[in-house]
Amino acid sequence: MVGKAEPVNGSVKSGSNQSIPAAMQSPLKKSDLIPNLSLKTLKLKTKQQELLIRVSILCLVYVLAFITRLFSVLRYESMIHEFDPYFNYRTTLFLTEKGFYEFWNWFDSESWYPLGRIIGGTLYPGLMVTAAIIYWLLRFLRFAIHIREVCVLTAPFFASNTTLVAYFFGKEVWDSGAGLVAAALIAICPGYISRSVAGSYDNEGVAIFALLLTFYLFVKAVNTGSLAWALASAFGYFYMVSAWGGYVFIINLIPLYVLVLLITGRYSMRLYVAYNSMYVLGMLLAMQIRFVGFQHVQSGEHMAAMGVFFLLQVFFFLDWVKHLLSDTKLFQAFLRITVTTAIAVGAIALGVGTASGYISPWTGRFYSLLDPTYAKDHIPIIASVSEHQPTAWSSFMFDFHILLFLFPAGLYFCFKRLSDATIFIVMYGLTSIYFAGVMVRLILVATPAVCLISAIAVSATIKNLTLVARAKNKVTQTGFVRGSSSLKGSSKASLDQSQPFQRNGAIALLLGAFYLLSKYATHCTWVTSEAYSSPSIVLAARGAHGNRVIFDDYREAYFWLRKNTPPDAKVMSWWDYGYQITAMGNRTVIVDNNTWNNTHIATVGRAMSSYENEAYEIMRSLDVDYVLVVFGGVTGYSSDDINKFLWMVRIGGGVFPVIKEPDYLVNGEYRVDKGAAPKMLNCLMYKLSYYRFGELTTEYGKPPGYDRARGVEIGNKDIKLEYLEEAFTTSNWIVRIYKVKPPNNRWERCSIFTLGPHCAALPFSGNVSWLGRINFSTNAGIG
Amino acid sequence: MGFRFDLLLFVITLLSVPVLSDLFLSKIDRRIDLTTQAVGITATLKVENAGSDLVSEVLLAFPDDQAKHLAYLTATNNEGKGKAKSSSVSFPVDVVRPKGMPPSLTFYSVSLPKGLGKGDSLTLDVLAVFAHALQPFPERISQADIQLVVFYETAHYLSPYAVKVQSLSVKLPDARIESFSKIENTKIHGSEIKYGPYENLPPFSYSPIAVHFEANQPFAIAQQLIREIEISHWGNVQVTEHYNLVHEGAQSKGEFSRLDYQARPHVRGASAIRHLVAKLPPRAHSIYYRDEIGNISTSKLWGDPKKTELVIEPRYPMFGGWRTAFTIGYGLPLQDFLFHLEGKRCLNISFGSPINELVVDTLIVKVVLPEGSTDISVSAPFPVKQGQETKFSHLDVVGRPVIVLEKTNVVPEHNQHFQVYYKFSSLSMFREPLMLISGFFFLFVACIIYMHADLSISKSSPSYLAKLQWDEVQAGVQQVRNIFDRCLTAHDKLEASLRDLSRTGDVQACKASWKAVDNLLKDLSKDLKPLLVSLQSSPQAAQILPKVEELIAKERELQEKLMVKHSTVVDSYEKKLSGREIENRVALQQQKITALRQEVDDLLDFIDEI
Repeated sequence: MVGKAEPVNGSVKSGSNQSIPAAMQSPLKKSDLIPNLSLKTLKLKTKQQELLIRVSILCLVYVLAFITRLFSVLRYESMIHEFDPYFNYRTTLFLTEKGFYEFWNWFDSESWYPLGRIIGGTLYPGLMVTAAIIYWLLRFLRFAIHIREVCVLTAPFFASNTTLVAYFFGKEVWDSGAGLVAAALIAICPGYISRSVAGSYDNEGVAIFALLLTFYLFVKAVNTGSLAWALASAFGYFYMVSAWGGYVFIINLIPLYVLVLLITGRYSMRLYVAYNSMYVLGMLLAMQIRFVGFQHVQSGEHMAAMGVFFLLQVFFFLDWVKHLLSDTKLFQAFLRITVTTAIAVGAIALGVGTASGYISPWTGRFYSLLDPTYAKDHIPIIASVSEHQPTAWSSFMFDFHILLFLFPAGLYFCFKRLSDATIFIVMYGLTSIYFAGVMVRLILVATPAVCLISAIAVSATIKNLTLVARAKNKVTQTGFVRGSSSLKGSSKASLDQSQPFQRNGAIALLLGAFYLLSKYATHCTWVTSEAYSSPSIVLAARGAHGNRVIFDDYREAYFWLRKNTPPDAKVMSWWDYGYQITAMGNRTVIVDNNTWNNTHIATVGRAMSSYENEAYEIMRSLDVDYVLVVFGGVTGYSSDDINKFLWMVRIGGGVFPVIKEPDYLVNGEYRVDKGAAPKMLNCLMYKLSYYRFGELTTEYGKPPGYDRARGVEIGNKDIKLEYLEEAFTTSNWIVRIYKVKPPNNRWERCSIFTLGPHCAALPFSGNVSWLGRINFSTNAGIG
Repeated sequence: MGFRFDLLLFVITLLSVPVLSDLFLSKIDRRIDLTTQAVGITATLKVENAGSDLVSEVLLAFPDDQAKHLAYLTATNNEGKGKAKSSSVSFPVDVVRPKGMPPSLTFYSVSLPKGLGKGDSLTLDVLAVFAHALQPFPERISQADIQLVVFYETAHYLSPYAVKVQSLSVKLPDARIESFSKIENTKIHGSEIKYGPYENLPPFSYSPIAVHFEANQPFAIAQQLIREIEISHWGNVQVTEHYNLVHEGAQSKGEFSRLDYQARPHVRGASAIRHLVAKLPPRAHSIYYRDEIGNISTSKLWGDPKKTELVIEPRYPMFGGWRTAFTIGYGLPLQDFLFHLEGKRCLNISFGSPINELVVDTLIVKVVLPEGSTDISVSAPFPVKQGQETKFSHLDVVGRPVIVLEKTNVVPEHNQHFQVYYKFSSLSMFREPLMLISGFFFLFVACIIYMHADLSISKSSPSYLAKLQWDEVQAGVQQVRNIFDRCLTAHDKLEASLRDLSRTGDVQACKASWKAVDNLLKDLSKDLKPLLVSLQSSPQAAQILPKVEELIAKERELQEKLMVKHSTVVDSYEKKLSGREIENRVALQQQKITALRQEVDDLLDFIDEI
């Protein structure tokens, strides 16, 4: 500091040479002076300093968001996780190998046998195209990387980009401080990390970025009224539509927001420009995605946006008429007529559209969002997915930690400084929190809003506290400098007396805030490392000596299928494993995670819950060659097919009433031991899971056939298979594959002993060889 | 029919005899090793020339169906009577089609460089290795069955020459022998079967024998193996091997029961391939073992200074007919394998697979040389098919030259070193780092240009003009701010001079500093005027202007007060008043100054916010 201050000193004093020695003679006095001086002189650069700090914090956050998601790569390997990502990976592979047009027109005969699936028309291509573009770009820049690495790292990369968007969004809504805090919070928030760790190559990884980007650009458009931002937000929306079905949230939230602005009297030309251009262009762009098609004009879920669009036109028209008509009475009358006609026309159009079937009604998924109990009663296939369950409080706490109570505080600040932007963020926060409560997986959508609003709370609080702390600082400083004069006004004295208390309080609160934030950081890291970084395809456990035991059974089985079954073999399994079998096993499956055909899934469910001979008929009709079941009885792996079995029964029974859930239960209780229902003990799933399990001792001190996943001794130990045979069982029995035997020949004969192809092998040898062979074959006959 | 064949053979033999009657084999010892799937037949031939001409080649005959499995054949001169292998010289061996020979025989000729004169004799060691020579019988077994294989050979050495004395011994693995052909002079000795000696047999004698025995060694066949050897002159040779493996023993039929396999692995699954052992060169590092769908975690590694041993388990135990595919990769230190030779670089590395007892149907070795290598040549110890292609790896522009060597029927005996010679300038090593550096450099340059360039399309649009004006205003305000900072510094200096005065009592110095500060302040106020005018003219500055004006007024007031205080104090010193009195006189002024200073600071902060 001294060094920096001195040259300035010198330059100021250059006019009078005498004073320099004077200054030199008094180093003590000068040191008093320097803080004052240097602060002033350095202030020249505060703007740049702030920029530097901001940019470097953003860079660090960017890197942090990326590396905190790499736990799974370091613990396991660079691999694709879970179920859906395997489908995405497979399609990306196809896209990079065959090109976009082939991909767009891809009819996949490897899934949903015998129906097949039109991949190009039934997926959101955003993720695959993004990964392929990154891949092609890197290839173009001469980085010879594998597409798998691109896919694995796509989600962390987009998480990093999301932090940037969060920063700009926070800056737009509040100030750059809030933006920075929001970026830091969202970088490590577990709610988001759960879907964006390396390897979790799923639509959500890209979609959250697109969602936040669309919102940010729209808010920016509303704030500025600029066409450019509105168009940008339309393109952001297009990207979102191409990436994830969650775009419906955007197309409903934005109209709702516009409606709220209209009601609260915040209608402006800026809003008009922003919404109209975003809606019209966004709709046209979205129609380019084949999976979405004309839904924007034909589906009930998208009608709110269109209604608000027309409402805005009416509003604008009225505004214009009001401008022309000076007479308020006349205008009132006009207003009444116009509004009535508009509403009437709208209602009639909607009614006619719905009645004629042009506008499709809301889908089950949409209903189940509005009414959490809907799926349970009507669509078991949605209810059977664990991530579609209502959220428990603990998972809110787990995913948000301190954000959970910073969120209301942030709402308070937002309401205190109400603007178009804060209204938006408040609405986004409240609606998404509701949806997060309905479905576990939608915590993801709520996370950005919660982070932004909490960031506002943190930023505003810390700013206020530091202002208090710093104001006192300044006073003491000036007081110190003027201390020699030892004069204090009485009014000032009173002011000073109140301030130490305030200042200490502020400092204490600041420390508390930092403590909380650091707790948040440790919690997030812990959650990421413990809960969200497991690939779920490779299971790890601690051995008796604390060493890590890896269960790689899934890949063992899939690779076995890939290498040791005929290339056109059809594999029947519960739909959970469909994507993995096609991607890793490279074999045709009957049903997979796409779940587009409920009847087909129900057929598989029915086969699994029937007796073996009935199931054999079903399997023959579906050309099934292999049946794959997941069984955790040996390892104690609880998410196996026996535990999912009731859902198979329910889904199967939903379509085929021959399957009745009570047949598998005893007094409403689901059990597999001796007391289990007879149908349960003899259905295909039970047989395939427990075939020859009764001979195996799994745990010391327990009888053979002790199921470790359910903690009981199984009820049927003597299982004979008639139409199937065990083809492969993995080393920990987690995956068991059975071969469906071909039907018996009607007149089966004993196979005749043949000499095999050796006769042709020795053409030269002539009769001598023939002699030798006879010699040998008699021996073989004896042996 | 057999009789007719025999007759035909006899006729052919008679026809061909005159051509080759010069040579005869006085003694033959054959040893057949059936303990591994690659069957090795070692024959020690004592060749004698009975004719008068100099003979320069010796013919070796194999039946066609054996010849197509023949993977490796060498003939060495066994000069020393003992086991002095070092003195042995290997002779070139070529396929020949001599005229008048039986059609279903394949002949190999061993060229003798010196030739064999009349009455001379020579001892030859012939090693022939056959792949796929053991055939499983029965061909399909269940999990509980043991695997049996059958091997066909002739008890009499098949040769175009007459043989005086010969014997044959067959070495079998230590296990059950199901059956073997019993002809005259057959003895069994533990796991070794001896045929012979047989004496004075005519050319082309043939006496087929079959051995049927239990063999549980793995029949691991790599249908295709691609070894990619990539050289980096930064110090690494990266070897990547893609295996496509199949168990070619007896096919498994019926159920595979994990329970049986786990309970009694050596009975139920005796013939399964449980693991493979690869002997890697010493100091191999960064070893990995994976397949198309990811890492395989069942592998173990031991290393000592002589070798690195890698034990890999396939994902599943491989029963007969089961397949798998995997990749192993490892890095090797460059200096162990790359040498300088007469201005060229020479890579000297082993050809075959490091996995023990593995037979490879098609082996493709690709040597990826660094980009910019020229004058490439290959020398291999046995004939291979050569090709060339280009590979694009990280930061390659024209691609790296790749030498492709292809060979079918590869057995462990092929694990010999081959050499690739090429020229490569060391400077080319730095091309890729430089590319990266320049890439980043241009990126930053582009950023700098972007930050400084004005990229707006319409230079006359109102928003653009407004932005320009706003930038101007901001610059103006910043300048004003600078001037004020200097003013305040000047004020502080004034205060400092007063304090000096109180300490030293040097009135002159104090006056001088006062003068200097006064001049400075006047200069600054002069500087301020044009700035203020420009701010007043700009419409964008309307917001800030009142504040700036207020600031100027306050500052002026502060300045005046300070000046007054200063002169008062100096006056007092000149009048030699006491400290307390001076303090009393300036107290009121001081208070005002403090308040003003506070206000000025606040205003400055406010301007800073903008």
